[in-house]
Amino acid sequence: MEKFGFTITKGRQIDYEANDRGVAGYIYEKEPSFRLCIECGGCSATCTTANMTKFSLRELNILIKRGENDQVRKSIQKCMLCGKCSLVCPRGVNTRNVVFLARQAFQKNGQYAI
Amino acid sequence: MSKHVIVIGGGVAGLEAAGRLSLEGLEVSLLEKDKITGGHLNRWFRLFPDRRDSTEVKNYLDGLTHVNNVRLLTNITVEKLEKEKDHFTVMTTEGKELKADAVIVATGFDLFKSSRKEEYGYGIYDNVITSADLEDMFREGDIVTREGEVPSNIGIVHCVGSRDEKVGNLYCSKLCCVTAVKQAIEIREQLPESKVFCFYMDMRMGGAHYEELYREAQEVWGVNFIRGKVSEASETIDKKVVVKVEDTLAGRPLKMKLDMLVLMAGMEMSEGGKKIAEMTGLKTGENRFFEVADHHFGSNRSDIEGLFYAGTCTAPMNITETISHARAAVSEVVEYLKKS
Repeated sequence: MEKFGFTITKGRQIDYEANDRGVAGYIYEKEPSFRLCIECGGCSATCTTANMTKFSLRELNILIKRGENDQVRKSIQKCMLCGKCSLVCPRGVNTRNVVFLARQAFQKNGQYAI
Repeated sequence: MSKHVIVIGGGVAGLEAAGRLSLEGLEVSLLEKDKITGGHLNRWFRLFPDRRDSTEVKNYLDGLTHVNNVRLLTNITVEKLEKEKDHFTVMTTEGKELKADAVIVATGFDLFKSSRKEEYGYGIYDNVITSADLEDMFREGDIVTREGEVPSNIGIVHCVGSRDEKVGNLYCSKLCCVTAVKQAIEIREQLPESKVFCFYMDMRMGGAHYEELYREAQEVWGVNFIRGKVSEASETIDKKVVVKVEDTLAGRPLKMKLDMLVLMAGMEMSEGGKKIAEMTGLKTGENRFFEVADHHFGSNRSDIEGLFYAGTCTAPMNITETISHARAAVSEVVEYLKKS
């Protein structure tokens, strides 16, 4: 049979129930300020990595909370942990620690290990 | 002989205005369409931002009118309101005729009828309720689904009937965001095992202590805020509600199953107010609330001399603003009566 090169793409919809939000739970417990993010994007604006690549800490925050782990796992390695993001955050979120803990959570969970 | 002022509407604005007018030594009649005064205050259990019992405010307002001998006429609807020379005549449906030297219209607001947003299924799905219905549950201390179960996942939809061209309301009702935050906290207080999700377009935390309450909701109560307008809700066979929303901050559509969905009904010009506008020819704005003479320095004045507005019949306001607006109306009346 002739192959036309069509594939079925994965749906873009976030299925809240189906996702595993264990990473978010891990961070909430150790860094409660993670709850305070209002997605203003100040962190991404100051981020050197974000200026050079497609990395966005703001987006990462929301994806962790939604349990979109594949995307988070790929993206999170780009952070250099400089902590500039923590300096600008108007809600006092320890953003650097959020990234740090997210990496730790992935490391602890074999399924998502970096 | 002391002058007589009629106040139409016995809600927060009407009670405050009537009490204060009386304190000024004027003779005051307060007309209320319901059996009791207090208006929407009677339906709300606790108030934002400090979650105080609403009866405290109700008692203050009732006290103000009792002490000052306001003539209270309940179960009364205005049929006709006319001005002839310097005098106003009010005819009620009960056939009563009242004369006055000045009138304060304090006809308030009606809650948006949430069934008009059919896509959310209010009145169709079992577990879609409004912010007002939730207040009843708080009062009973019993937050349960229609099936009598304790809900574990509860969604709150902001802007139901506000900022929505589809229902003809372009304006922001101003109070729903903070009400959502307050109610989210109260749900978490009463049901510590539950999860609450607020679906918002913008968080409008413009009042005193609102932003702090929002922060408390996140920090202390773990309320989840998802930016996006819920486009539709559907019911599953086990009576759960599935919502579809774009998680605009993730840039992805999102689907979520909830045990209960609460709609934050906005504020609209009251039916009573509309009738007054029809019978008097008083101007109403694009938002259908009464059009005030000047937005900056004449927000109590109408285009009829001697007839003034107090409270939410002119625009959405919280209780603090309503009380201030009512007091301002009183000073306008006093000034007007001095001149005439």
